[in-house]
Amino acid sequence: MLKSLLTITHQEIVMTLRQAYSWITPLLFFVIVVCLFPLALGPDENTLNKVAPGIIWVGALLAIVMSIGNIFRSDAEEGHLDLLLLSAHPLTLLVLCKLISHWITHCLPLIVISPLLGILLHLNIHEESVLVISLLLGTPVFVLLGAIGSALVVGIRSHGLLLPILIMPLYIPVLIFGTGSMIAASANLPLASDFAMMGALVLISLAFAPLLTSAALRIGANQ
Amino acid sequence: MLHWFNQHFISLKAFYATSSALLPWLITAFSLCFAYGLIAGLFFAPADYQQGDGFRIIYVHVPSAFTAMAIYAVMAVSGILTLVFRMKIAAICMSVSASIGAWFTFLALVTGAIWGKPMWGTWWIWDARLTSVLILLFLYFGFIALQSVIPDQQSRDRAGAIMAIVGVINLPIIHYSVIWWNTLHQGPTLSKLAAPSIAPDMLHPLLAMIAAFLFFYAVILLLRMRNQIVLREIKTQWVKEVMSHAS
Repeated sequence: MLKSLLTITHQEIVMTLRQAYSWITPLLFFVIVVCLFPLALGPDENTLNKVAPGIIWVGALLAIVMSIGNIFRSDAEEGHLDLLLLSAHPLTLLVLCKLISHWITHCLPLIVISPLLGILLHLNIHEESVLVISLLLGTPVFVLLGAIGSALVVGIRSHGLLLPILIMPLYIPVLIFGTGSMIAASANLPLASDFAMMGALVLISLAFAPLLTSAALRIGANQ
Repeated sequence: MLHWFNQHFISLKAFYATSSALLPWLITAFSLCFAYGLIAGLFFAPADYQQGDGFRIIYVHVPSAFTAMAIYAVMAVSGILTLVFRMKIAAICMSVSASIGAWFTFLALVTGAIWGKPMWGTWWIWDARLTSVLILLFLYFGFIALQSVIPDQQSRDRAGAIMAIVGVINLPIIHYSVIWWNTLHQGPTLSKLAAPSIAPDMLHPLLAMIAAFLFFYAVILLLRMRNQIVLREIKTQWVKEVMSHAS
């Protein structure tokens, strides 16, 4: 069973990487959104440094919201989703595999590029490292919670901006602790509490989200 | 026990009959509580020593905020009943509650702003409690938006149930993270709203108003649930009979 789960994860990653469009677009979106802010706020170094945590986190959040809607879309269109539902393995684990591969293909590139954006916003080296760690801890929660919403709207043809409305309010805690850790870093305060809270959020969403996502997928399949 | 419940509440037809019997009582209870709360609150309760007569908006503000949160709890419980026991009546209760809850949340925010302007000198503060109520409003909007786009009745009920459950798990997390965020940014806040030692003369009308708002919710809920029951069961014999009696 573990072997087939690994196969599914691997296959998902390879398939996504071969369609470069699907993982490069969110990355470009993230970069462009972040670059819009200095243009809108003015190039003053102190201002940018002060608002950098918020800009980068909101940019990453939006990029993930944009890409998470497609996580089950092609599966549903091509009938792959029905096979997953019929599979002998528990749907929850299959969903978890999909989520892990989605995180690797869609969130990891954002995290890799984020120090570069940090440089554009005048972060120092300590803040850069906190940025990367906080994104590593926070983005899994975005994917896990987003998957529930994505599964809820999978059967709906024109859901447009519905998904962001559904899931963005749920992202607020992560946003608070993610930016909170960076603010603490720039003030040289201890970071353990923010990281611990984000870790707790990862664990609690890891416990609930795959279950609720598979329940939502079954509802969509009945339509 | 379960049989008794089924005969009076769970089956749609029985619920329709029970709610007809309940409605006059609920309306009476609402009118009594509302009349007492309004008159005692606006005329007999002493003016606050700091806020003067301005504090009297508490008799609308606190009950709406309380009801707004209570309604989300009702939705989450109905959501669980919908998902686990496939109870149609719970699904109806959940979906018609959403817009009522959204209105109460909106009312709480508006009355809070009106109160905040003279007392705090501003319409809006990013205070922890205000922010969580605003997010509650967003959660209500999300729920309503989700239900409005799903065509199939059963899927709509269950998708809504999942959303309500996700929301209720998240609400405490959001609430405490917002408190954390707020204290991190601006230190001690105006938590005078919480005033634990409130004079009995002020407290009793407030409790009456909270009861009145809850009864009001119950009345509106039953009316809208009856409406939904008739809509969903429009093809059945009993609805035709009820409707022919009504006209």
